[in-house]
Amino acid sequence: MFWIAILGLFLFSAAAFGLARRKASDAARAAGRRPNSLPGQQAGYVALWAFTPALILLACLIVFSGRIETGLIEANLPGAAAALEADQKALFVGDVHAIAEGRPTSAATWSGPLATARAAAVDKARDYELLTGWGGVILAGLVAVAGFLLALRRLSPDFTARRHAEGWIHGLLITCSALAVLTTVGIIASLLFESVRFFQVVSPVDFLTGLHWSPQTALREDQAGSAGAFGAVPLFVGTLLIMTIAMVVAAPIGLYAAIYLSEYAGPRLRAWVKPVLEILAGIPTVVFGVFAALTVGPAFAAFFKWIGGNLVGGPLDGVGQYLVQVQPNMALAAGVVMGVMLIPFISSLSDDILNAVPQSLRDGSYAMGATKSETVKKVVLPAALPGVAGAFILAVSRAIGETMIVLLALGSGGGTNLTFNPLDAVSTVTVQIVSLLTGDLEFDRPTTMAAFGLGLTLFVVTLTLNIIALRIVQAYREQYD
Amino acid sequence: MTDAALPPPPSAAGRAAARAAAGKRLKRRHAAEARFRAYGLGAIALAIGFLAILLAGVIQQGLPAFRTNTISLPVYVDPAKVDARDPQGANYDLMIAEQLLNRLHVENDDLGENALRAKDLLSPDMGFQVLDAVKRDPSLIGRTLTIAAPIGGNADLYYKGELGREIAEADRKLDDAQLDWLDRLKADGLVTEGFNTRLFTHADSTQPELAGLLGAIVGSALMLLVTALVAAPAGVLAAVYLEEFAPRNRLTNFIEVNINNLAAVPSIVYGMLGLAVFINWLQFPRSAPITGGVVLALLVLPTIIIATRSALKAVPPSIREGALAVGASPTQAVFHHVLPPATPGIMTGVILALAHALGETAPLLMIGMVSFTTSVPEGFTSAATVLPVQIFIWENAAERAFHERTGAAILVLLAFMVVMNLAAILLRRRFERRW
Repeated sequence: MFWIAILGLFLFSAAAFGLARRKASDAARAAGRRPNSLPGQQAGYVALWAFTPALILLACLIVFSGRIETGLIEANLPGAAAALEADQKALFVGDVHAIAEGRPTSAATWSGPLATARAAAVDKARDYELLTGWGGVILAGLVAVAGFLLALRRLSPDFTARRHAEGWIHGLLITCSALAVLTTVGIIASLLFESVRFFQVVSPVDFLTGLHWSPQTALREDQAGSAGAFGAVPLFVGTLLIMTIAMVVAAPIGLYAAIYLSEYAGPRLRAWVKPVLEILAGIPTVVFGVFAALTVGPAFAAFFKWIGGNLVGGPLDGVGQYLVQVQPNMALAAGVVMGVMLIPFISSLSDDILNAVPQSLRDGSYAMGATKSETVKKVVLPAALPGVAGAFILAVSRAIGETMIVLLALGSGGGTNLTFNPLDAVSTVTVQIVSLLTGDLEFDRPTTMAAFGLGLTLFVVTLTLNIIALRIVQAYREQYD
Repeated sequence: MTDAALPPPPSAAGRAAARAAAGKRLKRRHAAEARFRAYGLGAIALAIGFLAILLAGVIQQGLPAFRTNTISLPVYVDPAKVDARDPQGANYDLMIAEQLLNRLHVENDDLGENALRAKDLLSPDMGFQVLDAVKRDPSLIGRTLTIAAPIGGNADLYYKGELGREIAEADRKLDDAQLDWLDRLKADGLVTEGFNTRLFTHADSTQPELAGLLGAIVGSALMLLVTALVAAPAGVLAAVYLEEFAPRNRLTNFIEVNINNLAAVPSIVYGMLGLAVFINWLQFPRSAPITGGVVLALLVLPTIIIATRSALKAVPPSIREGALAVGASPTQAVFHHVLPPATPGIMTGVILALAHALGETAPLLMIGMVSFTTSVPEGFTSAATVLPVQIFIWENAAERAFHERTGAAILVLLAFMVVMNLAAILLRRRFERRW
């Protein structure tokens, strides 16, 4: 309905534009002199007044109608439902809202007086929906007409319509820029809000230093010491392990590829290799994840089993016995595939940085009789070192935040043991966030809040890394520009 | 430097030795040079090799899913089994399986095991089709219909040679007798192989042979539409402000730093934002394209802003100054003279950002798009899934027949991404002006 209203608003504004334009040119002709603003500009001013306030109203309604309806349902619950516990009540309200809108409900069943209460509440909810829907659209229509009429009355040949319209446009531009800031505020607020509640249950020290992670046990409320299950160190270690493997793969390959492309390759090779690397960079991470789960993981497991099979019975029998039972969902497979994903990222960043090193440095080195590789190793790379370091830090930050590759390669159930062994199954911060937050969830559980605690940690770490990297890169750029 | 530090003047033999040593050193340095070069080439070869392995693996895995085997059987709607008053109550699958056994001249055993094994070869779609036909026209009871449907997922794998007799009987889903039956059905000409149109005309299903991508494709399209409608105007206008109008002050600086950092926030964090703010607080519908679209719009907003800014930067200042010189206001100069030549660059940036959004998965898992939906989404608020999430769901499915469909879904997703990237490249080639 809102979408049709927006379409109608477009049509109305177009009509308003036409009408105002005719009025403005008539007025100009009657006055017999050039107006302050062109008729088109005056009409644009009127159209903006007709369009913008109503659009803002409709946009707010689209965003907030769900919230308003929920509030109304909650405030007017029938007696039986109003007496429910807080989280049960939230579930009930959610179900009522879902039924009223024809969406699937939660798994909870309501029986007895609650079933009748639900039916009554659904009837009311439908009314609220009509109210927010039609009420909103009618209100928006009134606002549009009022804006149009008010603006139309101000039109005169002396009216500075262009300046006024430009003021509107300016405001619009600033609002759009503010959206980016608003996103950051939203991210920080949502992470902080839930995390603070989590850290009231589990102390941050336990969370950051605890060696045991098994959030599921906390579901059983009778179990003692559930707080001990939220030690995130195994996840940090798993994340670091996979990140390290990925960087071991990606850093040399990416850097050498960048050096070759910027120092050795002719334009024809560049024209071929750059698009290939761009394709590699554009492949969705879920594809890399499937690749890791279905191809790389089993291949690695088969390889280690083969080695292990040859060792069993020999002097290294213990190692052989271990290798034979290696599973495909090992950290190594996830790390290697993530490394492949990072290659184009590192190489394109490093390529830019190497290209920014002034040619005069190279020429000086050649003049002293250095070979090309000596120039690269002794002159270009040291000069580019801060930039390359920045690129590596950005890659590390990406590896830490990457989700789909590890999720598919390790499986969401993966081991949460504390291990540094790349052949074992580990779990990462992102994998745990996904497995804690998918499925039918209620918001007030410690498991859900734990996910936000992990998210906050992830956000803080990646943000710090990004800021460091951007600082380094910027400081370095200023040196040569 | 004192004389004492100078080496004694070399003798003739010493000179020759020094020359030989220098020659050796030079050789070593040239060898190091060649090695270094080889490392560089090797790194590039490795990167291209990885890409080749990845693509070859996906194609090899996914291509078979574009072909499928269809069985067409005459089905006698047995009045003894189908009640005209209650057509829903009959077990059509079993009825069809028993008729299949008769056709193959196989006795059904006392427990009906053979019929169940025959049923395993067929898809439940056959039964649904008969039920639909009977519901529409009850006079069909007692007559014979010809029903064509995809053959069961495992049977399909057998025909494609992916589940052959070389696998030990205990390790495969179909036993030897079932494979014999399949061979006979093929020999009788009841089974035909053709293009798997169902893949593009149906949504997801619990049965691999019935599962299609249409729901995910429509879901992706709806979601991208929302993303484009929100992110493109907002991103472009924000970039115009920051590049052309914003005063150089602390606030602007803060916004710029903010945008640069937002571009590097892990995508999963945006999913948590969507979950906490849009779903939990603003009560947006779960699993719906509008929610996913808005979350992804916030995700690609920094990318669009950065791309637009560099497109605006590429327009030479002389154009802006020319417009200002003939009396245009700053707003007119920007909107009439700077934006039009920057449009191809902006469009390229927007398309690439949308391609990125198309492949994004993790934040959508957070907002419930991983739910199993067998219907094609009807609108922006109905439950839907999208292509990358569909890949994730199928990858996690137990049946092997889903694995080839995972590959097919990847190929479809990559095809869409190639089209979008090509569009961006063509736009850039066709309209880009170098000043």
